[in-house]
Amino acid sequence: MFKSPSKNLVAWLQAGPMMLVFAAFFLLPLCFVVMVSFWDYNEYEMIPGFTTRGYYESFEGCVAQLPGLCTILKTYLETIKLCFLTWAFTLVIGFSVAYFLAFHIKSKSMQIGLSLLCTIPFWTSNVIRMIAWIPLLGRNGLVNSGLMHMGVIDKPLDWLLFSEFAVVLSLVHLFTFFMVVPIFNSLIRIDKRLIEAAYDAGATGWQTLWNVVIPLAKPGIVIGSIFVITIVMGDFITIGVMGGQQLAAAGKIIEVRLNALQFPAAAANAVILLVITFLIISALSKLVDIRKEL
Amino acid sequence: MREGRPKSFYILALVFTLYVLFLYGPMFAIFTLSFQGPDGGLTFPMNGLSLHWFFKLFEGTGIVDIGAAFTRSIKLGLVVMIVTVVLSVLAGMAFRKKFAGSAVLFYTAIASLIVPSIITSLGIALEFRLIDDSVHHFGGSWGENWTTGMGLFSSGLGAHLTWTLPFGLLIMFAIFNRFDATLEEAARDLGASPWQTFRFVVLPIILPSVVGIGLFGFTLSWDELARSSQAIGAVNTLPLELQGLTTTVTKPDIYALGTLTSAVSFLAIFGALFIMNLLQRRQSRHGSDAGKGVM
Repeated sequence: MFKSPSKNLVAWLQAGPMMLVFAAFFLLPLCFVVMVSFWDYNEYEMIPGFTTRGYYESFEGCVAQLPGLCTILKTYLETIKLCFLTWAFTLVIGFSVAYFLAFHIKSKSMQIGLSLLCTIPFWTSNVIRMIAWIPLLGRNGLVNSGLMHMGVIDKPLDWLLFSEFAVVLSLVHLFTFFMVVPIFNSLIRIDKRLIEAAYDAGATGWQTLWNVVIPLAKPGIVIGSIFVITIVMGDFITIGVMGGQQLAAAGKIIEVRLNALQFPAAAANAVILLVITFLIISALSKLVDIRKEL
Repeated sequence: MREGRPKSFYILALVFTLYVLFLYGPMFAIFTLSFQGPDGGLTFPMNGLSLHWFFKLFEGTGIVDIGAAFTRSIKLGLVVMIVTVVLSVLAGMAFRKKFAGSAVLFYTAIASLIVPSIITSLGIALEFRLIDDSVHHFGGSWGENWTTGMGLFSSGLGAHLTWTLPFGLLIMFAIFNRFDATLEEAARDLGASPWQTFRFVVLPIILPSVVGIGLFGFTLSWDELARSSQAIGAVNTLPLELQGLTTTVTKPDIYALGTLTSAVSFLAIFGALFIMNLLQRRQSRHGSDAGKGVM
């Protein structure tokens, strides 16, 4: 399959700079994370060597406390719960939006315009899109004052902001885009005659959706799911800001360790997170060949 | 398909409208609130209408040095944009030749996109700490004066590129998957050198999408937070300052900052879209079928 050596050389020269950037700022740093995760540390510096202290301390008490759950397991369960909720909402909303754009909008320029409308917020700041909920969900926000005005509640709801609810709402708000794009990409390639054929063969709308459209959209659904799940698994900013810095999460553990300058402990937690994320991705990517989908 | 609009159209149109409202509603709420009067608070109702909080922002009272962070973020964003465009176009060209090692680069890019940002950021921070330690240790007298290699345009730039380059590469894939290679062959048959083929045939066709890569490069860098968090060094970018402010938010000046930051984003977005539109019009005006190969 490979062409002449000179062709290969030109290609390497072209691809080389990008590969170098990834090597210097992604691959090598990952190696350092793994290496430092086995180092020792004290209050103010990390000490080269080989110890499993970072890992050991992370799982401290996990066996002793059985059948109760130790901190790290509780934290991961909490993170996975947030992950699942966000995934479910982004999937349903993302699929509906992508379906509408792909099948119900006939004019090409209308399709581009509406897709752009969904994409523009992605190019704006995530922090601002989080802060933006404050005037709506705060104690004196629009939702609370509206509900009080209507007499539904007599004192402001506290769980609207700086809570698990706010985190999931914000994550859905920020990342549904990552579901819409790949699902739209899959849907737009479906041969419309297949759907017509399903109807002609007597399938109802739901049957067509479930047995024809969704199976054909599977690659997009899987890619979107990988994006959303990995983002939420490693998130510490949305969970921090919208959770009022009170909620525990996998990414927050790393941040807390870093703020205490315990680099080896942070690295050990990064490796744990990386392994779990990798397991989820490889389970999902069994379902689809990413490279064929571009 | 069916005659008239099916019922599902109306339901989904409603869902879509609600989704767009959900996307933009909160943002417009803070844009509006940033024009609060001097006595206005963090929530509605509006207490007068003024530019008070914008002036407050630039006076720098109480709030961090926004002007400096603003300039830093703009500079970094522009550098990230240029590097992203150049490296993505180069690598995109390479991928058309099926070279040995292409799979490695492809999967590295995908991994860089989906490995949690905090891990990449931590790794870069560790890398630069280890470099600093080695310089101190082995650098002799020169090493004693060394403070750190970390900075906006070393570790910070690298961190942002691990986020923007995968998008750039994926966009190049999307471009070339729809690209008509016979145009290049025609150019070669007419005696064009590889550079001429690229410069006068390929580049004009892909240019609108290349502007799109630039848009991704700038806006993703301008708003980047998670990867910058550990890897930016002593100074802060605008999103980091903004995040710092969220814990002590009491006055609408944070909304003013949000409005200002978004204004830059929107300027970049609409500027890029305008240029893309212009380029596409020019392409179709020049009458050839050259544009038909591109999305």
